[in-house]
Amino acid sequence: MSSLTEKDRPIVQLLLNTGTCPRCILRFCSVGSQMLYRHSYKDLMKVLKEFLKNNQEKEDTVCFDAVDPPCKRIRLEHPEEGPEDLNHNGVLQQIPQVNDENTAVENLAVKACNVCLGILQEFCEADFVKKVCQKVNSADYQFTSFVFSVSLPPQLSVRERAAWLVLKQEMRNLGISLAKDDIVQLKEAYKWIIHPQLSEELGVFFLKVFLFEVSVVFAHPETDEECHFLATACPDCFKPAKNKQSVFTRMAVIKALEKIKEEDFIKHFPCPPSSPKNLCVALEIQCNNGAVFVAGRYNKYSRNLPQTPWIIDGERKLESSVEELISEHLMAEFKADSFNFSSSGREDVDVRTLGNGRPFAIELVNPRRIHFTAEEMKRLQQTINTSSDKIQVRDLQLVTREAIGRMKEGEEEKTKTYSALIWTDKAIQKEDIAFLDDIKELKLDQKTPLRVLHRRPLAVRCRIIHTMRSEYIDEHHFRLHLKTQAGTYIKEFVHGDFGRTKPNIGSLLNRTADILELDVESVDVDWPPTL
Amino acid sequence: FSQVQHNNYILFCRICVITLAEAHPLLQSGKTIKSINYQISANCSRLQNKVSGKSKRGAQFLTELAPLCRISSTDGEEYTIYSCIRGRLIEVNENILSNPTILQEKPSTEGYIAVVLPKFEESKSITQGLLTQKEYEEVLLKR
Repeated sequence: MSSLTEKDRPIVQLLLNTGTCPRCILRFCSVGSQMLYRHSYKDLMKVLKEFLKNNQEKEDTVCFDAVDPPCKRIRLEHPEEGPEDLNHNGVLQQIPQVNDENTAVENLAVKACNVCLGILQEFCEADFVKKVCQKVNSADYQFTSFVFSVSLPPQLSVRERAAWLVLKQEMRNLGISLAKDDIVQLKEAYKWIIHPQLSEELGVFFLKVFLFEVSVVFAHPETDEECHFLATACPDCFKPAKNKQSVFTRMAVIKALEKIKEEDFIKHFPCPPSSPKNLCVALEIQCNNGAVFVAGRYNKYSRNLPQTPWIIDGERKLESSVEELISEHLMAEFKADSFNFSSSGREDVDVRTLGNGRPFAIELVNPRRIHFTAEEMKRLQQTINTSSDKIQVRDLQLVTREAIGRMKEGEEEKTKTYSALIWTDKAIQKEDIAFLDDIKELKLDQKTPLRVLHRRPLAVRCRIIHTMRSEYIDEHHFRLHLKTQAGTYIKEFVHGDFGRTKPNIGSLLNRTADILELDVESVDVDWPPTL
Repeated sequence: FSQVQHNNYILFCRICVITLAEAHPLLQSGKTIKSINYQISANCSRLQNKVSGKSKRGAQFLTELAPLCRISSTDGEEYTIYSCIRGRLIEVNENILSNPTILQEKPSTEGYIAVVLPKFEESKSITQGLLTQKEYEEVLLKR
């Protein structure tokens, strides 16, 4: 249980006189009990004024009864004080309410705090909580826990500093030192008050590890220019960046406040800070769910399908893509804003992916639905498979973000097997290609293929063909099965790429060779788990 | 140019591979190559071309009149192969230095001369300025 002591008296008096709200006063007195901040505005004001009235000679402490719920009256230690005395005129000018429609209206009549600009006043009350919850409920999200994040206008830091400087001066005159670090942070106090209310209203818990985020952005346009003096005092803290609307970000302002000297601050900014005309406004209330990840393996049976959409100069060159054929159904079911498709390597437009298929993972961004049973995932897999004969998926399942790492390691480390249909210019007999079966761990030097050189750096890659198996077809054709290191360019190994891949099938057979068809037979990654 | 240039251009997206075209004197019967030299001036050797990164920084920039290499034949003739297009030099073919016969045996594949990447903005106009195989043959007939 925290309390106000004698040393806090001058702080309370000064802040109350200069237009600071009760909860900010508690903050400046380093009151650390969360419960106390949840008392109603009226009650807090009352207690503070009572505290000030008390005789200075007595060792008075104001005790907030932590057992009583905040809505009840606060018991004071000195029973001789009239508890029913409601006509205290504090320094704040409170407009007496004649029409008592609801308690919220009373709060609106209160003057805006010169430090928090209303954040710890109106925006802690039940009405605002209801507004936030209405937004959340209408957005129709599935979630089990949440976090509430708040964006405060940067001038609040400036005003806090101004108020503190005045306090420090006052306390110095009284021979008491005041530590800045003991003051309760505004954002922290705000969350103490609002989290339990949101929790109760939404019916879920607040957890440190969150997935669902409700965020509110507060603004106070009336005082937006208050930070500007910092730019002349500390110009190197405020560098314009391309993406930022204003140079006066919270971080920049806080940095400048740490740098600026007290004397300079006092010269440029009114201490204590002035009382504003209006309270803050809540600019936007947004909901965002953490991403969910769906993994699986895909087969590709079309020789005319790119993995990602093929668009040049705004024109789509080929219809659809592997990622779109898979993702469109997932997007519909999960009701996400967007997706990110990634896979363990990829194949060209004209290459099929056979066998167990290629591992892939799709990140669904800001999904509305997140709970799916194994049965539902199976049905979703079926839906995808019946919708297209160009691709098929298997082992469709929900995975964690960490699991994606296994897939990407597969891209660089694991072997792949291929089947290539090869043409030769000069005739071949069975005996001419038999020796290929005996070649093991063939080392290749592959310069960046010409067909990708416009978008990749020029380099030489050393890659290994582990094994080969040939199948004679006729004098100008044979099929070659190969098992290769990840990252090997198969087409270039066959035709030689103007001699820039060495050795190649052409050089091995002493002919000109070209590739007619290529299939991926397997991607040797054992992830995701087979269902 | 004092001589007619017989360059062949093979395009991969924006990449241009420069090779000798079929009517080039060096590809006619009876010609034997004596030497190939990528040192085109005292200060410039095409062999020292170094590029880095996707955008091929550090590349020697070629204009239409930029020489790629000089080839001399055993009958005393010397031929300079010019770029004829503007762009960054990506690489020259070092294989023809060690094995000049492939220049004549496989001029359009393993015997290529150089790989050039024109600027993105100029890519289209350069492609349009080239002759198709058919147009080239018509020009030859007219000579």
